[in-house]
Amino acid sequence: MTHSDSQQVDSALPASSIETSLEKAPMLEMCGITKRFPGVLANDNVSFDVRAGEVHTLLGENGAGKSTLMKILYGLYQPDEGELRLHGKPLRLRSPLDAISHRIGMIHQHFMLVPTLTVAENVALGLPSQRGPLTDLKRVSRRVNELSDLYGLQVDPAAFVWQLAVGERQRVEIIKALYRDVQLLVLDEPTAVLTPQEVDDFFTILHEMKRDGRGLIFISHKLQEVMDLSDRVTVLRHGRVEATTTPAQTTRNDLAALMVGRQLDSATRGNRASLTSETPEVFSVNGLRVAGDRGVDALKSIDLQVHAGEILGIAGVSGNGQRELAEAVTGLRPILAGDVLVDGSAITGMTPKKIREAGLSFVPEERMRDGAIGDFSVADNMVLHNHTESQFSSAGFLDFAAIKTHCSKLVQDFNVKTPDLDTPTKNLSGGNIQKLIMARELASNPRVLIAAQPTRGVDIGAAEYIHQRLLEQRDSGTAIMVISEDLDEVMALADRIAVICEGEIMGVLDAGNATREQIGLMMAGVSDAANSQRA
Amino acid sequence: MPRSLIVILIPVFSVAAALLLGAIMLLMLGANPISGFATMLSAAFGSLDGFSATLIKSIPLMLVGVGICIAFRANVINIGGEGQMVLGGLFSTMAALALPGLPPLLLVPVVLLAGIVGGALWGAIPGALKAYFNVSEILSTIMLNIVAVQLMNFLLRGPLIDPGEIERGTRIPQTARLPENSDLPMLVDRLNFHSGILIALAAAICAWVLLWRTGLGFRLRSVGLNPDAARYAGIPVKRSIVIAMMLSGAMSGLAGAILVFGSESHRMVTDGSTMGFTGSAGFNGIVVALFGALHPLWTIPSSILFGGMLIGANSLQRVAQVPSALIIALNGLIVIFVVSTEWHRKRLQAESKVVNEDVVDK
Repeated sequence: MTHSDSQQVDSALPASSIETSLEKAPMLEMCGITKRFPGVLANDNVSFDVRAGEVHTLLGENGAGKSTLMKILYGLYQPDEGELRLHGKPLRLRSPLDAISHRIGMIHQHFMLVPTLTVAENVALGLPSQRGPLTDLKRVSRRVNELSDLYGLQVDPAAFVWQLAVGERQRVEIIKALYRDVQLLVLDEPTAVLTPQEVDDFFTILHEMKRDGRGLIFISHKLQEVMDLSDRVTVLRHGRVEATTTPAQTTRNDLAALMVGRQLDSATRGNRASLTSETPEVFSVNGLRVAGDRGVDALKSIDLQVHAGEILGIAGVSGNGQRELAEAVTGLRPILAGDVLVDGSAITGMTPKKIREAGLSFVPEERMRDGAIGDFSVADNMVLHNHTESQFSSAGFLDFAAIKTHCSKLVQDFNVKTPDLDTPTKNLSGGNIQKLIMARELASNPRVLIAAQPTRGVDIGAAEYIHQRLLEQRDSGTAIMVISEDLDEVMALADRIAVICEGEIMGVLDAGNATREQIGLMMAGVSDAANSQRA
Repeated sequence: MPRSLIVILIPVFSVAAALLLGAIMLLMLGANPISGFATMLSAAFGSLDGFSATLIKSIPLMLVGVGICIAFRANVINIGGEGQMVLGGLFSTMAALALPGLPPLLLVPVVLLAGIVGGALWGAIPGALKAYFNVSEILSTIMLNIVAVQLMNFLLRGPLIDPGEIERGTRIPQTARLPENSDLPMLVDRLNFHSGILIALAAAICAWVLLWRTGLGFRLRSVGLNPDAARYAGIPVKRSIVIAMMLSGAMSGLAGAILVFGSESHRMVTDGSTMGFTGSAGFNGIVVALFGALHPLWTIPSSILFGGMLIGANSLQRVAQVPSALIIALNGLIVIFVVSTEWHRKRLQAESKVVNEDVVDK
């Protein structure tokens, strides 16, 4: 199927298997879209269409060309070849304003809201007021309330956006789109910030929008969601359409294989190291209290233990103290109270350098902000933390030959794809930068590894590899804490799962018999005890 | 067009464009631009005397420029070159007055070192304020320039004044003739061409080695490019910012010391303004560094070019009766062109970066 384009796939499908409602003329067509960038073909003769009242999912790895295609649809890029048609009429989009005027909306992964304004003000932003130069917020608020009731969105127009939780902010984005009465809405990885239960509510809203005859383009990596929600799925790879199919005609594994271009080994935890009561506790956090950026406690006295040869997964919805936890234990954020111990001795309040020397390594969440210096070469980034060691420097002068040797070994060991060691790191793909950081952090064979969002935004192949290396490192006796907002990742890797909500640990579960539902409730703030009482 | 060629063409284009506008200004002032530029060129580079004057003029520009490069690589913007030069001059003067008996082989290094220390201390203040209290170094360095000139005026009118000036009652604010043992060795006596140029060249090369061959330079550059990643990797970011400002100040302080000990009067004099002492090298050094792409080695030709422009401007003023302020305007034009073309280059890079993000795994 690798070389087939969409037309062949379409004709290969028996027409009877497609529901009749989907046989209507498409609302939007993108025909033979080609977009070139210097040296790269981002979209290669891509054809894609959306019908009224359907969810058409766009699936593909990073760099497959999804975002280029969507930027063309939103008027940010012009296609080099091919054309767009809306209701059969050719469409030229020169800017996002053109797209908006054709009632095309987009909800970005990072919300486009002004936190210091109210919901109604955010909705009104950029729209002409019916009262000329004066604002018309009362009317906007009334309409927001109507839409909110109609779709069950429960959004208060008078609330300030900064007061809202992430899930609520997303509903504000939807209100914004509904207020503008979009006929076509692009949703870029909308579920990444939601708990499993919130995802269910969110899907209910999307079904309502479908019923109104709106067309939805859904972009996601999460294959189960794609199977649950989509009417049709188009898989992109290397800028080409690999296939257009329906959930009924495919399986999760087939979709994954189409995305990557090969069959994947299903990610397994492998043989879990057997923990006994004698397994030493290598890393622990006792009564840790840490302030968030706004001064409010982000962590409220939490306790965690990680044993040698164990992966403790920290599950939770984004923004519940995970970032603060990682920063506090690695010395990047002041600790208000409590202790952090490596091998029984406190590293609390030490500098990042001393903490590293105590045997703790850290794969940060924001790899381009904290993990690597984009303008530095691959070799420079590989020794960022230990260039002062005697093997790399003498009398203050760096020994570039030794650094290169060390680096080329690590690049090979960790399969980092780079033209050479002098390449600026920013030119590598996200997956390869992450492998570089992993290589650097694991090179010292640390006692403790903190890995925050280790595969976020990383292509499937690299993610699979990174998971494998984490498991290997676990088996060699390192105590690993994996902080991830991707529940599938936590469940695939962790031996035990601690669920964090609003800066508190809601409970620690054995990964072997934890269920998604149980974890989901805990992620939403229902404690383990209450959880089991209800059961 | 290959990117490296663009990088080289940018300064050439900037100078050409500035000269073109300068020619228009010369025409408006009633002078012939071609003969005007010819006058400048021959005055600055056409004779041994002229070239020697150009090189002497370029010394403080080169040193300050190199200091700017170091600070900029750590993402600190040092506008305090003027004040740091003044402090360097004062510290070295005091050292020479305090130790008149030392032999030249010892006294010359001591006074230069004193100048380095003075400039470094004056740089450390805004560095520490930025690192530990988040005070904008652009504001604090400019304000310290004003403090420095008042300090200079106070010291040269009071404690450091030449006792002879008090005896004669003339009270010109200047020090006594500094000990001859502290005079910078001459390379060509007739031209008053002293060894300061060698010191400046050595400083530029040292700065290059420091930035690209040592662990300290590695840390300064990493802090400059991405302080978050540097902090996470265990690099002391705040301390690095202070060190960068101290090194930058040290270079300006050295420039101040060389101005004093290489001067024909061999004393420190004030006319009440910073410019009277520095000749605005503390500010022009920024232009030199920008024109040299903020690279210590490119700062060498850049400073010689600008030194030549200053020398040429003087003779242009004499020959063509054109105000030498024209050259200041020309300097400004070059900066505008360099900075705007730099902006254009960055935009090109940013665009190609966006493309890279969209199509990472090709």
